Amino acid sequence: MDFGLSEDQRLLEQSVRSFLNQQVPIDRVRELREHECVIDRKIWRALAELGVTGILIAEEHGGSGLNLLDAALVSEAIGAASTPTPFLSSAIMTAVGLAEVGREQTHAWLKGIATGEIMFGTAITEAFSKREGAGVSSANGTLSGKSMMASDVCTADFILVVCDGDKLAVVRRDAPGISVTKLVTIDKTRCTTEVQFDNVTCEAVFDGCSQAIDRMLQAGRIALAADTLGCCETMVEMAVEYAKERKQFNRVIGSFQAVKHMCAEMIAEIEPARSLMWYAAHSFDAAPDEAPLMACHSLAHIAEIGRDIASIATQVHGGTGWTDEQNVHFWFKRIANARHLLGGPELLRNRAAEVQGLAEAS
Amino acid sequence: MDLEYGQRYNDFRAQVRAFVEKHKASRPITSYDPKLREKVVKWLSLQIDAGYWARTIPKEYGGFGAEPDLLETVIMDEEFNRAGVTRGMMAQGPSMLVPTLLEHGTEEQKRQWIGPTMRGKVMWCQGYSEPGAGSDLASLQTAAHQDGDDFIINGQKIWTSSADKSDMMFALVRTEPDAAKHSGISYIILPMNTPGIEVQPLQTMSGDLGENSFNQVFFTDVRVPRTNVVGQRGNGWAIANTTLKHERNSLNANAEGTLFRLMKLMREETMNGVSAMASPVFRDRLMRLQARALSMKHHGMRMLTCSLKKESPGIAGLIVKVQNCQLNFDMSALAIDVMGELGVLYDHTKYERDRGYWQIHSIFSLGLIIGGGTAQIQKNIIAERGLGLPREPKPATT
Repeated sequence: MDFGLSEDQRLLEQSVRSFLNQQVPIDRVRELREHECVIDRKIWRALAELGVTGILIAEEHGGSGLNLLDAALVSEAIGAASTPTPFLSSAIMTAVGLAEVGREQTHAWLKGIATGEIMFGTAITEAFSKREGAGVSSANGTLSGKSMMASDVCTADFILVVCDGDKLAVVRRDAPGISVTKLVTIDKTRCTTEVQFDNVTCEAVFDGCSQAIDRMLQAGRIALAADTLGCCETMVEMAVEYAKERKQFNRVIGSFQAVKHMCAEMIAEIEPARSLMWYAAHSFDAAPDEAPLMACHSLAHIAEIGRDIASIATQVHGGTGWTDEQNVHFWFKRIANARHLLGGPELLRNRAAEVQGLAEAS
Repeated sequence: MDLEYGQRYNDFRAQVRAFVEKHKASRPITSYDPKLREKVVKWLSLQIDAGYWARTIPKEYGGFGAEPDLLETVIMDEEFNRAGVTRGMMAQGPSMLVPTLLEHGTEEQKRQWIGPTMRGKVMWCQGYSEPGAGSDLASLQTAAHQDGDDFIINGQKIWTSSADKSDMMFALVRTEPDAAKHSGISYIILPMNTPGIEVQPLQTMSGDLGENSFNQVFFTDVRVPRTNVVGQRGNGWAIANTTLKHERNSLNANAEGTLFRLMKLMREETMNGVSAMASPVFRDRLMRLQARALSMKHHGMRMLTCSLKKESPGIAGLIVKVQNCQLNFDMSALAIDVMGELGVLYDHTKYERDRGYWQIHSIFSLGLIIGGGTAQIQKNIIAERGLGLPREPKPATT
C-alpha cells in the first residue's frame, strides 16, 4: 500500500520545475506575450531534450512510455510556472488520441512529438461543446467547417481535429484551405484561435474513434486539472510571501487573522485536491473503468477551488495585486481560461452523473 | 502508487470479516449504559482475545500484545465499519487516556487502569474545558493545592461528555499558581464518586441526552492523592497535547459512507412525483459533494501512506480535521434540502426520513466543527505552523 509519488516521480517533478524556473521565468512569459503568438518553439525543443514531450509516448515511437501520473506532474509544474507550451495539446491529447487510434501511420507524428521536431495544435472543442455554428465534417479525406477555441494552432506543424463527432483527423497546419484567426483571450499564456477548414486535404482521417476521443479527453482533463493545481500552488506561495513582508498598522499583514485564514483556507483546498488529482491520473492507467468519473471530478473540483484561490490570492496582495506589474494576474487568467477549455464544471458534473447512471445521457 | 495491501493483509481482512459476521449479533447498543455493563465487558473481552481490540497493548497491561501494524488497524476499522459495528468502544478512556498512560504513566498506573479501561469495566470522562478556558485552554483556572499527600481541587469543568455515567475522570488542573500559564498545569486522574464532585447535565442543541450527553462538573474541596498525577507535576500541558493528538486522529470521518446514504435518499425522495436525483439542481450539488468526498477519501490514503513510511505529512495533515468536518456538515445540509419542508422533522415524528439521521448528523457535525479545536483555531494552526505566518501580537496589558 503506497498512495504517493515514487522517488523517480519526485525527481522528474523537481527537474521540470527547476528547468522552468531558470529557463522560462515569469519575465520571459512577459516578453513572450508581446510576440504574435506566445508559443515559442525553443521552449518546446528544450522540453523535448528534458525528455518530457514524449513522456506518454510508447518507447517503440521514441518516447519514454510513462504513465499519466508522471505526465500530470509535468503539467502541474508547467501550470506553476505559467509556461506557454503546447504540452497539453501535443504531449497529452495528441499523444493519447493517436496512440488509441493505434495505426501504423501515427508513428512519425508520435516520434516527432517525442523528439521535439513536431508540435501539434488541437481543434477538438466540438467534441463537448458546439457554439457559433461550429463543427467540422469530413468527406473523401477532406475537412470542411470550423472549430472554435482551438489550442496552440498558430505555430503548430499539424492539427488534430475531431470531426463528424467520432472521427479524428490529422491535417498540416499549412495545408491549403485552412484559415486561422487569432482569438484574443484574457490569458496571455495560451494560444487560442478559430480554425476554418475549406475542403482541406487531410494527412489521415480515422473512423470509429469514440473510445479514442473519450480517452483523449480524460487524459486532457486530468492534465489540465494538474495545470490549474500548479497555478493555485504558485498563487498561494506568492500570497503567503507577500503577507509575510507587507506591513500595515505596524504589523506584517500575515499576522492578522483575517489574512491568515484566507491563506489557511486556500491551502486546505489545495492539498486534498492534489490527492484527488493523483488518484485520477493513477486511475487512467491502473483502473481505466474509474477514469471517466475521476477525470470529470478532478477537473470540475479543481476548476472550482481554482477560481476561489485565484480571487483570494489576488486579494491578499491588495491593490498591488490588481496591477499588471505584480505578476499574480498571469496565473489568475490562466486558471480562468482552463476552467472551460475542456468543459466547464457544470458540464463535467453532469457528465459525472451520466457515467454513474444518475442522469440520462445527453 | 501501489494500492494493493498484499496477501498477508488480505488474509487478515478475511479473518476480521468472518469474526464480525459471526459475533456482531452479540454486541451491546451502547457502551456507557450501566445496565449493559456486563454485556459490554463480555463483548470487549471477546474482541481482545481475538486480537481486534487493544491489539497492540502489551499483555501485562491486559491487551493482546501484537506488534503495532497500521495497516492491520485500518483493515479492522474498515471491516467493522462495513458491517456497521463499532470496533471496541467509542469512549474517551480507550481513545485518549490509555495512549497517554502508555506514554507517560507509571508502571503501577498502567497495570491498574489500562486493562479494565479497554475491557469497559472502568468508564472515563475528560475534564479539560472550563467556562473561561475554551480555545485558550491553557488559561484554565481549576485549582489543585497541595495538602500533605493530597491535592484539594476547586473549580469547574464544562463540555464534559458522559460525566454522569463515568467512573473516573482525567483532568487538567492548575497545581502551580505562580508558574507561567502553560507550565503550571498537571494531568490528574480521579474517581467521580469522590466527595465534593457535582455533575449537572448540560442539554445540547440536539436535545439528546443519550450516549453523547454533555455536562458541567463542579469541584468543591475534592481530595485526590498526589500519586494520581500522570507524568511530571506541572507538565500537564505537554501531556495533554499528546492526548489531543489522539483526539484529532480519532475524528476521522467516514465521508464515503455518508455520501452513499445521501445518494440513496436522493433516489428515494420525491417531490411532485419527481425524484430528487432527477433534479439537475440537486444532482449538481451532489456531484460537487462527491468530488469533495473523493478528495478526502484519497487524501486519507495519502495520510495513511505517510504514517506507514513514518514521514510527516506536513501541512497536508493539518487541514484534515477542518475539511472533513465541514464536508460532513455540507452533506447533511443537502440531504435536509432534498427533504424540503419535511427536512426539519425530528425525534421520531411521523413522516421523518431515515429515522431522523440527517438532522442529528447535521447538528453533530456542527459540534465537531467547534469541538476538538474550533475551525478558526485550526486555521490559525494551519497558517502559523504550516505556512509560517506570524502569531497575532499580544495585546498591550493594561
